[in-house]
Amino acid sequence: MRASEIFQAHPTPPAQGLPHPQTAIRAGISGFPSPAEDYVGRTLDLNQRLVKRPSATFFMTVTGDSMEGVGIQDGDTLVVDRSVDAKPGHILVALVDGEVIVKRYELLGKRPYLCSGNDRYAPIPVSDLDCQVWGVVRSVIHEFPV
Amino acid sequence: MTQPMIGLVDCNNFYVSCERVFQPRLEGVPVGIMSNNDGCVIARSSELKALGVEMGTPAFHLQQWVSQGRICLLSSNYELYGDMSARVREVLEEFSAGVEPYSIDEMFVRFDGFDDATTLALARILYRNVRQFTGIPVCVGVAPSRTLAKLANRAAKKRPEYGGVCVLAGDDDDTRHLLKQTELGDVWGVGRRLVERLAIQGIETAWDLRCADPKTVRRRFSVTLERTARELQGTPCIEMNDSDEPRQRIMTSRSFGRLTGELSELQAAIRQHAQRGAEKLRAQQSHARAVLVFLKTNRHRQDLAQYSPSIVAELPEPSDDSRPILAAAQQALEAIYRPGYRFMKAGVMLLDLVDANREQLSLLDTPGRAADRERSERLMKTLDELNQKMGRGTVRLGVPRQNAAWHLRCAHRTPRWTTQWGELPSAKA
Repeated sequence: MRASEIFQAHPTPPAQGLPHPQTAIRAGISGFPSPAEDYVGRTLDLNQRLVKRPSATFFMTVTGDSMEGVGIQDGDTLVVDRSVDAKPGHILVALVDGEVIVKRYELLGKRPYLCSGNDRYAPIPVSDLDCQVWGVVRSVIHEFPV
Repeated sequence: MTQPMIGLVDCNNFYVSCERVFQPRLEGVPVGIMSNNDGCVIARSSELKALGVEMGTPAFHLQQWVSQGRICLLSSNYELYGDMSARVREVLEEFSAGVEPYSIDEMFVRFDGFDDATTLALARILYRNVRQFTGIPVCVGVAPSRTLAKLANRAAKKRPEYGGVCVLAGDDDDTRHLLKQTELGDVWGVGRRLVERLAIQGIETAWDLRCADPKTVRRRFSVTLERTARELQGTPCIEMNDSDEPRQRIMTSRSFGRLTGELSELQAAIRQHAQRGAEKLRAQQSHARAVLVFLKTNRHRQDLAQYSPSIVAELPEPSDDSRPILAAAQQALEAIYRPGYRFMKAGVMLLDLVDANREQLSLLDTPGRAADRERSERLMKTLDELNQKMGRGTVRLGVPRQNAAWHLRCAHRTPRWTTQWGELPSAKA
């Protein structure tokens, strides 16, 4: 009998929290609860902070430098939420001519444009393109080499 | 009126749709998904169906079209499909506590306590939200019974005028009109042989069966068909695990008597479900290509940590042998199990079934494998006979041994976009 390959299929493994330092866990001598008790066992979960709606949240890797001006660099990880309706000012992941791109959605005059965060790239008028919104970028994760 | 309604949300061409979410260039292209174990078509886009490519077609028959660039064949990416299925379920669960997966791409949803207009509005929201949040296009059918919900879903899929959403009140003109146009063979749980016998009695459409006297139906045919007739009248009386028609997937699941977090209890349950599923598989003479295992915590106990994972394991080859099915199910369970959660339900689903008799011989087949297969068939037959004669569970399989590596032929598998950090899709800046 041979092993079949196992596929991890669920997006949200149980939260891997950061344990808070457990300072004082016993109640004070007086019998009143110690204020530190509130913190016992409480953990911070990055999923909770960054992933507002797990079913609609996808991660993507950035390639290219056109968004450096807004703090999105080559190799960064985007947290993309498909449940958010796109509004001007949002950073979008969009499908343009069959390609997946990340741009800022803006109105210039009254016309919609996809703008870069880098002067070397001109704004692209949406009306000229076969363009669909894929999702809205909620945050970007930039890891430093350490 | 606010009768309880049940909705069926069915994903359109699910495997292909999962691929298209991350590869927009596949939109409009004829796409086929191949099984890794035997290289046959297991899912088709509508464009591929239009070219006349049947389910189960071996990849090498299509090689010419592939090299001409007319069609695109991809290896199955069960990890992606499992994740996208869980996402669809989550979107539905935001809306209703009564979500029951019927297969990897179909889910029943309870719509209780709404008037007809509200039900329709909610069904449209579900339709839109699943599409927007997950990228998976779905159709939604809602009706007073599962059998009618199935028909409503079919209408939503086949008839553009419904816009992907069809609500049947069960006793109105729309329902009557649809049932009159529906052949019996398209009704949930009515098999081909039954269609012929019913035709002799003058029962040819779903409407005819609905109008037949249920007691007569029971006397002349079966309790199951009587239930179907009542369901067509809008009286819910079929539960999910009930109907015994040959199915495209087999599901075995049960709630625990009390919440449990014990791995050994979960293992025992999964073992039982996997074996029961394999028995059903053999009874209907099918082979399964993949096994889905799921666990559920109790959503109504918000004081407890919630974790309802699911996972798909592909079998080394299509099989009805309890042993590889059990092995895959146990490994899948170990991959998703986390301590510290108290589970309410565990289940096993057998996916992508293929007719045991029509199954294509794999290119890897050798006389040795044929002999293996025959031995396995004899063993399973004995197992089933003993369990039938002496009572279910007389002969059970132990915990399978861990087994050697199996090399999947998944040359054309797309990246596991949503479950592996190293395989994320990229966005061009």
